[in-house]
Amino acid sequence: MGVQWVYPEFEVIRNDTRCTRCQVCVRQCANEVHRYEKEFNIMLSDESRCVNCQRCVSLCPTRALKIVKSNCELRENANWNQDTVREIYRQAESGGVLLSSMGNPKPYPVYWDKILINASQVTNPSIDPLREPMETKVFLGKKPSRLERDENGRLKCELAPRIELSMPVMFSAMSYGSISYNAHLSLARAASELGICYNTGEGGLHQDFYPYGANTIVQVASGRFGVHKNYLEAGAAIEIKMGQGAKPGIGGHLPGTKVGPDVSRTRMIPEGSDAISPAPHHDIYSIEDLRQLVYSLKEATEYRKPVIVKVAAVHNIAAIASGIARSGADIIAIDGFRGGTGAAPTRIRDSVGIPIELALAAVDQRLRDEGIRNHVSLIAGGSIRSSSDIVKAIALGADACYIATAAVLALGCHLCRTCQSGKCNWGIATQRSDLVKRLNPDTGARRLVNLITAWNREIKELMGGMGIHSIEALRGNRLMLRGIGLNSRELSVLGIAHAGE
Amino acid sequence: MNPSEQRTSRTPPREGEIRIPSGCAIAAVISKSGERMSGNDIIKAMRPMRERSNGLGGGFAGYGIYPEYRDFFALHIFYDNDQIRTECEIYLRSALEIVRSETIPTRKLPAITDEPLIWRYFVTPLRSVLASMQVDENEFVARVVMRINTRFDGAYVFSSGKNMGVFKAVGYPEDIGVFYRLEEYQAYSWTAHGRYPTNTPGWWGGAHPFALLDRTVVHNGEISSYDANRRFIEMFGYRCTLQTDTEVIAYIADYLIRKQGLTLKETASVIAAPFWSAIERKPETERRELKYLRTVFSGLLITGPFSIILGFTGGLMALNDRLKLRSMVTGEKKDRVYIASEEAAIRAMEPDAENIYAPAGGEPVIITVQKGAF
Repeated sequence: MGVQWVYPEFEVIRNDTRCTRCQVCVRQCANEVHRYEKEFNIMLSDESRCVNCQRCVSLCPTRALKIVKSNCELRENANWNQDTVREIYRQAESGGVLLSSMGNPKPYPVYWDKILINASQVTNPSIDPLREPMETKVFLGKKPSRLERDENGRLKCELAPRIELSMPVMFSAMSYGSISYNAHLSLARAASELGICYNTGEGGLHQDFYPYGANTIVQVASGRFGVHKNYLEAGAAIEIKMGQGAKPGIGGHLPGTKVGPDVSRTRMIPEGSDAISPAPHHDIYSIEDLRQLVYSLKEATEYRKPVIVKVAAVHNIAAIASGIARSGADIIAIDGFRGGTGAAPTRIRDSVGIPIELALAAVDQRLRDEGIRNHVSLIAGGSIRSSSDIVKAIALGADACYIATAAVLALGCHLCRTCQSGKCNWGIATQRSDLVKRLNPDTGARRLVNLITAWNREIKELMGGMGIHSIEALRGNRLMLRGIGLNSRELSVLGIAHAGE
Repeated sequence: MNPSEQRTSRTPPREGEIRIPSGCAIAAVISKSGERMSGNDIIKAMRPMRERSNGLGGGFAGYGIYPEYRDFFALHIFYDNDQIRTECEIYLRSALEIVRSETIPTRKLPAITDEPLIWRYFVTPLRSVLASMQVDENEFVARVVMRINTRFDGAYVFSSGKNMGVFKAVGYPEDIGVFYRLEEYQAYSWTAHGRYPTNTPGWWGGAHPFALLDRTVVHNGEISSYDANRRFIEMFGYRCTLQTDTEVIAYIADYLIRKQGLTLKETASVIAAPFWSAIERKPETERRELKYLRTVFSGLLITGPFSIILGFTGGLMALNDRLKLRSMVTGEKKDRVYIASEEAAIRAMEPDAENIYAPAGGEPVIITVQKGAF
């Protein structure tokens, strides 16, 4: 390796008086930052390898370690900031496309943080969820626009297939391959216990996870990895992945190094081969082709599974969603540009797509304007970070939310944004067995259940405060929201009034 | 001077420009044998409930009051001035045959001021227009009403059914009844409303009952699901111009009963749907139906406190929100059934009322007049 042109981004600070030379840090760091020099009984570190995943910090028994941002920086420049310069050096050296992972970290507006929620005062009682029933159950799927009765005048009660969720949250797509066996098992167990769904992503369904089928959404993506009849029939619903918020317009690439025997079998591809998902589905070049795939999947499963079409939030999302609603899909999932990923070209992650808040508001309104909102359910994803984000999303018009980054955080992710390296020290975004076993699926499932249960309590408290005791009365209830610090154009896209109005 | 001329930049916003929550008093009486009663009794009912109103709105609906015009839609319209009346009448004549038009008789009272022009028309749609639009007369008249209320600024249709009428104003309900000379009308059922809005809209159109075709709603409460309901119902051609709960409830009732053909009981199980846990405990057939209705019309579940009385040709339905967050009682005497926010109101109409009963949350009370008796 040649000369490195800049000082490493992070510094390892070791308090030598606390360090007992136990070498946990050495064993825990897959990036091989830490080293013990036996001869001199000292600990050394190679900071250039550090990704600031905080694994060593968390496990150091004497709290002798800290990772801090290095203060050895280039001369300040508001235009050419550190990251930009670093990236140019990296590309000048490698000649490659920059890769990164997790969600867009740039300081774009986060509209959730500029929306405030209402509460009842005087004219309407708030409701205490500990004393009164408070319903968060939702059904996702198509609803009929006309009722029918039989010859005796009784209602015909057949509904299109639906997903039933105990609360309006699901774990979003993360493939087996991009994340580990234990991470998938944790998600599957938690989804079962919570009465919600997790999502296979495009990596197929490991044979061990078929028992969790009722709480699984099976994905069909452009690479068609792991898709076969049993797979389609295994889940509660089928999701066609057209796009992903973190990387709209491009496909995926799971490097061959991550395709071990199990991943190979699950994806139905040779061991060690790269799994490349094309940018488009090569059988879908237009909306009428999508309709054919939707109905092919419905035919294959005898119309017993709802079909979700997942798209990235892009500029023309309202019209796209309207097209999808007319193409036989039961549910539309919209993924905003802050959504996470195991690997994406940095330029695309950071500058393609639009925020979920605006996309969701535009889609919900368009579907209502066209009188077809009831034909589909809407799922919003792409950086839903808390229960209040969920409440805001539902009030803007979502039926349910997808969360993934929050879920991997619950499993131990520290958002170091280097999933693409495959050396996840927390056992999540890796296939290395020594790392995978660090994530205990019992613990993982419990932490996920804790998180989502806590969120559900908070959702109920927020709803009760508004005097709402059923989640459907919150859906699309934009009068419960106010903007703060937004301009009138933003307010009009969101369809909400400003605080004080 | 008419209200629109008085409006300046310092005038408070009018009903419809802002959302105004309100508390209220409601009452109703119906004769199951179809015997007609003057408006005196229902006015009496409102007197002991004066505390529940604040003089900023009230009104009445009477059914069976226009027997001589029973086949014609009776349009009651508020106009801000004669100019808008002229414009509106040109439109009415283009769409409808008008067999009679007149001002609604009123009595001058110190308690009731700033009245708009109050007109009524007995009309029937032109057959040729119906045929060319391929709609039935109810749908057509509903569209005419929507059109006037959204396009003609300063004209407002507040009653549009056959052989029934709404009478409402800004003031206390008992004064409003005297103002409209309700003792001169005979109805087999009456509903009444006194309003306690949190704002001073000062516009008569905002008072209750709210009506579309022969369906009227009086309502006490503030619904927390308002915007979810509004945005759902507006998919089907309704425009909620007043931003009041009552308006959206009236449209929901019209949509479910007239357009979707639901029964009253089914309608009640949509807007005050049983909890999922309660649905699970029902027998198989009922469970399936309740689950189906709640799923299909999830956007029409109404939460927050309400007690409503839905009036329609030949009957009444009273309904509380499913948590019973507003008071409402019923009582009986001979062929009469009484409904009110308070027992005192029932006693004011009939001191010897029997079977005083407080319906459970979400439990509809449906009273119909014998077939052929109205």
